[in-house]
Amino acid sequence: MANVKVHEFDAVIVGAGGAGLMAALYAGETANVAVLSKLYPTRSHTGAAQGGVGAALANMEEDSWEWHAYDTVKGSDYLADQDAVDVLCKEAIPTIIELEHMGLPFDRFPNGKISQRRFGGHTNKDTGKPVMRACHAADRTGHMILQTLYQQCIKKKVNFFDEYHVVDLIRVDDTVRGVVAIEIATGEFHIFRSKAVMFATGGWGRCWQVTSNAHSLTGDGAAICLRRGIPLEDMEFFQFHPTGIFKLGILITEGVRGEGGVLINGKGERFMETYAPNIKDLASRDVVSRAIYLEVKAGRGVNGKNYVHLDITPETVNYYYEKDGEDRRIDREYIEAKLPDIADFTRTYLGVDPVTEPMPVQPTAHYAMGGIPTDADGRVLLDAQNKVLPGMYAAGEAACVSVHGANRLGTNSLTDLVVFGRLAGQDMAKYCQDAELLPLPEGAADEVMAAFDRLLNSSGGVKMVDVRSKMQKSMTEGVSVFRTDETISTTLAELKALREEYQQVEIQDKGKIFNSDLLEAWELGCLLELAEVTAVSAAARPESRGAHARDDFPERNDDEWLKHTLCHKTGEGEYELDYKPVTLGRYEPKPRVY
Amino acid sequence: MQVNLRIRRFNPEKDSKAYWGEFNLNDVDPTDTVLDVLNRVKWEIDGTLSLRRSCAHGVCGSDALRINGSNALACKTLVKRLGSGDSVKIQVEPILGLPVIKDLIVDMEPFMAHYREVLPYFINDSEPPENGRERLQSQEDRMRFDDTTKCILCACCTSSCPSFWANGQYVGPAAIVQAHRFIFDSRDEGAEERLAVVGDAFGVWRCRTNFNCTSACPRDIEVTEAIAQVKKVLTTGEI
Repeated sequence: MANVKVHEFDAVIVGAGGAGLMAALYAGETANVAVLSKLYPTRSHTGAAQGGVGAALANMEEDSWEWHAYDTVKGSDYLADQDAVDVLCKEAIPTIIELEHMGLPFDRFPNGKISQRRFGGHTNKDTGKPVMRACHAADRTGHMILQTLYQQCIKKKVNFFDEYHVVDLIRVDDTVRGVVAIEIATGEFHIFRSKAVMFATGGWGRCWQVTSNAHSLTGDGAAICLRRGIPLEDMEFFQFHPTGIFKLGILITEGVRGEGGVLINGKGERFMETYAPNIKDLASRDVVSRAIYLEVKAGRGVNGKNYVHLDITPETVNYYYEKDGEDRRIDREYIEAKLPDIADFTRTYLGVDPVTEPMPVQPTAHYAMGGIPTDADGRVLLDAQNKVLPGMYAAGEAACVSVHGANRLGTNSLTDLVVFGRLAGQDMAKYCQDAELLPLPEGAADEVMAAFDRLLNSSGGVKMVDVRSKMQKSMTEGVSVFRTDETISTTLAELKALREEYQQVEIQDKGKIFNSDLLEAWELGCLLELAEVTAVSAAARPESRGAHARDDFPERNDDEWLKHTLCHKTGEGEYELDYKPVTLGRYEPKPRVY
Repeated sequence: MQVNLRIRRFNPEKDSKAYWGEFNLNDVDPTDTVLDVLNRVKWEIDGTLSLRRSCAHGVCGSDALRINGSNALACKTLVKRLGSGDSVKIQVEPILGLPVIKDLIVDMEPFMAHYREVLPYFINDSEPPENGRERLQSQEDRMRFDDTTKCILCACCTSSCPSFWANGQYVGPAAIVQAHRFIFDSRDEGAEERLAVVGDAFGVWRCRTNFNCTSACPRDIEVTEAIAQVKKVLTTGEI
């Protein structure tokens, strides 16, 4: 370890999005905390979240955390753990209030309270009708959360290591000792020795061709855990958001439909009336994505292509409001005020003005319901018996608590970040008070440094972009909105071949300073592994549940498959599956109708 | 269409000074962004090309660059907006006024240090409402600082400002935008401290209102207007 600088902290948090920053604020109250991020913190993808954060504040109409919990469980297709869902929905209320106290500039209702809007799958349990639960700041709610939390971290003088890319976890038996990171600006390896480690590293939407995810969302934390003997939970459940901008995948918030927008097929029909007669366009995301897919498959895409229209023009919205007997009406000014960013996106990238024209949309790979298994305090779990790995934490999209089960409701990702980021931070602070700083093992960074050396010096002549494109195509064709045994098997065979090809990837940049060529290649290794785990987990589940829709097994099978998947890595390209029961509660599984 | 790309290159491990690298790309879609084009160079031609990027749709603020002489986000600049016809010339440089580390990557630390100077966080030490709920704010009060909440800290504004180029001690437009966001928030109680910072010799009075910042802002913030509002508060003492 001659060239490795060693730092010491009580706790190291990897990732500076909503979950990481929230945890830093809480853990930092008593512990000496470092936050490591491969980006500047304000570049984190929390900032791209648009429509709202769910909490039953009841600022405009009757609501309760129990209704929020019911919607979340139903949305999850009953795969969420109901004890954790209770924590999510109950804690959401004080946590959102606390964000407001931190200065978060929510939009306001005329009465001065935090403004709330409708969102997919959020309902009044008595009437089944949509309820206003999504607290928001225009369509840039995630931006406001990220900025506010970063501001508070500046205020509290949190130790940030910006542009430090974490590439390994130092684990000895059932203890963690810290992480290994590369300082991107110098290419030097650093060890951060600590009592506790948290991964809040986000998702891995870059496994697919069309995604709402940033280039940086390569699942580093989840892949590192897998390599260090931690299983990944429910990886077959990956959410495809129904309304990504055609071809580009850029997210168009569900808030558009919350504000009255409707989906229209090539024949001019509001097709969600057929698929979800009760709440129509505000059904759960898996339901809407499948509907779009089926419309396109039946030849009812717009202009015979694989997209449909999302229409928020006042003319259309008011027509359907009137038809549905609603008093509300919207106008141009309302759209500009409530959805300014998505209007900017479609004007910039498509030349489409959403005030006067419909937007072309298709499902886009969006969110990992699965991930690093944790309990409701963010503690990482090693097996089906929920054995804790002391000192190891995960939160946010990287983690699987599980509150999203087989399909996440819109707004619940931001709720998840702030609620479980906070709880994990608090638990980590407590843990650090009692735990000892354990010694580093001999050569703690050697293994990952050797791996980087191999990657840097490979002379196989294969271009990284070719391997990545093939992976994304294969995942899109085989493990997407719908999948069958045949499509998954084909993808698995292709991924196996790509794993070999990856060994031959040749890096052009041989330098140390900002070697993004090398780091991107390493990230691709993470994506390949997570793609394989996703496909392996999907192949083994012969039922349809939430985002895992099997054409060859169209029904949900609660008798045999109401359980969580745990995928362990046992060797290169070798995985073992295990299962653990779902924690049920007051909501019994029943057919899911919207 | 064809794109002739000139990129300012500098690798501190090899080069004694910066130079222009040229790349010609065929089959560029006019709706491709400058980031798409730069990625194509990096992935298909020259892996050593270095730049920052993340979200690729104008919300993370990583890829502020000087494109054909003006600051913009690479991911929000469509090729077709830089020219029409069969062939377009695009020149890409790092933003000015900050030290270049490698190729298109600059050291952001001086920019972030100015950001931290204005106390960019909510200050209110009074007790929140007794009912345990949110502080109330009228829609009108909320709108007073709406524009400046949009800032993504990309540095397009500050690095386009001649006053900042002339003297890097000037806090710059981005930091003033952040100060504005809090000064005009009816819930915030830190205006006095912030006004002391932006009112000093390296504060708002360095602004010569040439509107470069406003033109450069990828979030369409009326930056010059925000600076003017802060100047007015300093002059009149009224928020």
